[in-house]
Amino acid sequence: MNLLTQSYPDLVPAVPELFVLTMACIILLLDLVLSVRWRNASFLLTLYTLLGASLLTLQDIGEAGRYTFNGMFVDDLLSDVLKVGTYLLVACVLVYSRRYMLERKLFRGEYFVLVLFGVLGMMVLASASHMLTLYMGLELMALSLYTLVALQRDSRTAIEAAMKYFVLGALASGMLLYGISMLYGVTGTLDIAGVAAGVRAKGVDNLTLGFAVVFVIVGIGFKLGAVPFHMWVPDVYEGAPTSVTLYIATAPKLAAFAIIMRLLVGGLVDMAGMWQDMLILLAVVSIALGNVVAISQSNIKRMLAYSTIAHMGFLLLGIIANSENGFGSAMFYALVYSFMSLGAFGVILLLSDQGFEADKLEDFRGLNRRSRWLALLMLILMFSMAGIPPTAGFFAKMAVIQAVIEAGQVWLAVVAVLFAVVGAYYYLRVVKLMYFDDPDQQRDITAGWDARLLLAGNALALVLVLPWIGALLDLCAAAIRAIPALP
Amino acid sequence: MDLQLPIFYFFATILVAAASLVVTLRNPVKAALALVLAFFSAACLWVLLEAEFLGIVLLLVYVGAVMVLFLFVVMMLDINIAQLRSGFGEYLPIGGIVAALMLLEMVLVLGASGFDLQGMPNPAPQPADYSNTRALGMLVYTDYVYPFELAAVVLLVSIVAAIALTLRKRKDTRYQNPAEQMAVRRDDRVRLVKMPSEAKRESGR
Repeated sequence: MNLLTQSYPDLVPAVPELFVLTMACIILLLDLVLSVRWRNASFLLTLYTLLGASLLTLQDIGEAGRYTFNGMFVDDLLSDVLKVGTYLLVACVLVYSRRYMLERKLFRGEYFVLVLFGVLGMMVLASASHMLTLYMGLELMALSLYTLVALQRDSRTAIEAAMKYFVLGALASGMLLYGISMLYGVTGTLDIAGVAAGVRAKGVDNLTLGFAVVFVIVGIGFKLGAVPFHMWVPDVYEGAPTSVTLYIATAPKLAAFAIIMRLLVGGLVDMAGMWQDMLILLAVVSIALGNVVAISQSNIKRMLAYSTIAHMGFLLLGIIANSENGFGSAMFYALVYSFMSLGAFGVILLLSDQGFEADKLEDFRGLNRRSRWLALLMLILMFSMAGIPPTAGFFAKMAVIQAVIEAGQVWLAVVAVLFAVVGAYYYLRVVKLMYFDDPDQQRDITAGWDARLLLAGNALALVLVLPWIGALLDLCAAAIRAIPALP
Repeated sequence: MDLQLPIFYFFATILVAAASLVVTLRNPVKAALALVLAFFSAACLWVLLEAEFLGIVLLLVYVGAVMVLFLFVVMMLDINIAQLRSGFGEYLPIGGIVAALMLLEMVLVLGASGFDLQGMPNPAPQPADYSNTRALGMLVYTDYVYPFELAAVVLLVSIVAAIALTLRKRKDTRYQNPAEQMAVRRDDRVRLVKMPSEAKRESGR
C-alpha cells in the first residue's frame, strides 16, 4: 500500500463539520487579540457560524445517504435533520443567555468556543456510521459540556455539579465503550453496518452479545438520564449556570437520540427483543419517578430536571415500539421536547437578573401582573410540556403512545398516560402561581428585545406549528428510513 | 515446545510480581519504581506478540513521561505513609471479594464461545522485515484519518478546558511585561531636578 495510490477521502459530505471546526479555531484565536469591548464580535461570529453550517447542511438535504472517510461518516436525512435542529437550538441558547453571561462575567471567548466544539461533537454523533466515530463524537460533546458546567468556577454548586457530571459521565462512557468492545470481539468489526451483519450471522442468543447490549443500554441510559441512571440530572441542572443548563437540556437530547438510532437501531436491530425489555423497564420507571418526584420540588430548575427524566421515558416509548412509525415519533418527540425545554429555561433566564437567579417556584408568583406577555409564553410552554392540546407537546405524546399501542403494548400506554396526568399537576401549578397569586417582588424584567422576540417565536411556534405537524412527522419518518439496517 | 513459551512465562512472572509489589510496598517511591518494572515487562510481552509499536509507545509514554512525572509528584509531596496504609487491612476483605468477582465474571465472559482459541486463533506470523509501525501509520493517516483528527480536536478541547478552568489572574503576584520594559524611555524613569548649589557647611565643632 502506498500513500500515492490511496484515494483522497471525499470531503464534500463533511463540509458542515469542517466549517464549524475551522470557525471554532478562528474564534479561539480571534478572541485572544480582540479586546473585551469587542466580545460581541465573537458572539456574532458564533451565530454566523451556526447560520453558515445550517446553510451548508440544508444544501444537500434530501439526498440519499453519502458515505465518506472509508465509511465512517454518513450524511443522510437523519443526520441532516438532527444537525439543523441542533444549530437552531444552540443559536437560541446563545441569544437567550447573552445578557445572563454578561452579568456573571462568563461572556468569554472560551464559552463560545466550547459551545461550538459541543455542537461539533453532536454533529459527529449524528453522522456516525462507525463505532469509533460515535465514541469520539460522544467524548467531544461530553468534554465540552463538563467544562461549560464548571465555567463559573467561583460557584460551589457549579463545581459540585461539574464534578458529578464528569465522574458519572466518564463512568457512562466507560460502560458504553465496554459494550462496544464486546461487540467488536464478537463481530470483529467496528463498522455499524458490519456489526449488524455480524450479529445476524452469530445469532441473537450469543451470551457475549447479550452482555454487550446490557452495557450499551447502561451507557445510553446514563446519557439520556433515564431512571435508574438519572442521579446526575437534577444536581447538574440545578447547579450549572442557567445558560449552561439551557444548553445541556436541549441539543444533547437530539445527540442522545442519534446514539440510540445509530447504535441500537442501526447496529443491534436484530437484538431488539432483548433491548426492548430493558427499555420498557427504564421507560416505566423514568416516567413514574420523574413525574412523581417533580411534584415535591421548590426549585424550578430541579423540577424541570425531573420533568426531563419523565420526558426521556416518553421518548423511549417510541423506541420500544420498534417500528418505523415508533422511531419517527420518538424523533419528533425529541425535537419537540428540546424546543419546549429551550423555551422554559429561556423564561428562567429572562427573569434572572444581576445577582438574582429566578430559579425558585416562588419567583414565578404573580408573573402575570409583572409581565402579561412572559406569563402567556410560560403558560403555552407549560401546557405543551404537560401535553395539553392544541400544543405540539400533545401531538408528540400522542404519536409515541399511538406507536406503543400499535406495537401491542397497551398496558405501557395506559401507564404513560396515567403518569402524564400526575405530571400535569406540577406544570399547572406554575400556571396557578403566575396567574392567581400575588407577586411578592416588583423587580423589573430587564431582558433584551432580541431574547424576548426569539422566546416569543419559540413558544408561539409550539402552537402555530399545528398545521404542519403531519409534515414534520412525515419528515421524521423519512429520516428514519435513511438508516440502512431497518428491514 | 518453542522458545516463545518460556520467554512469555519469564516476563509474565515478573509482571505479576511487580504488580503485586506496587500495591504492597510501603514506600511510595519504591512502589512507583515497581510500576516501572511492571510496565517494562508488559512492553516486553507486547513485543513478543509482534506489536513492537505498542511496546515502544508503552515505554516512551508511560515509563518515560507518566512515571517520571509521577515520581516527581511522589517525591515533592510530603505524604504520610502510615496514614495512607492504615486502611489497607480494613478494606482488604471487600476489595478481595470485588477482585474475585471481577475475575470470575471475566472468566465467564471471555471463556464464552467466540473469545476462546477456536474463535480467536493466532494471526499468521508476519515476515521479519514487516514493520507494524509503518502499517499502523498507513492506517491512521488514511482509513482512520477522520477519528484520528477527531481525537486531535478532543485534545484541543481539553487544552482549552484546562486553561479556562485553572488560569486565574492573581492580583497579588508581580508581573514583568517585557514589551513595556523594552518600550520604556529615559524620560519615564529619570527626572532631572534643578537645585541651586549650596555652599558646603562646616560640620562638627
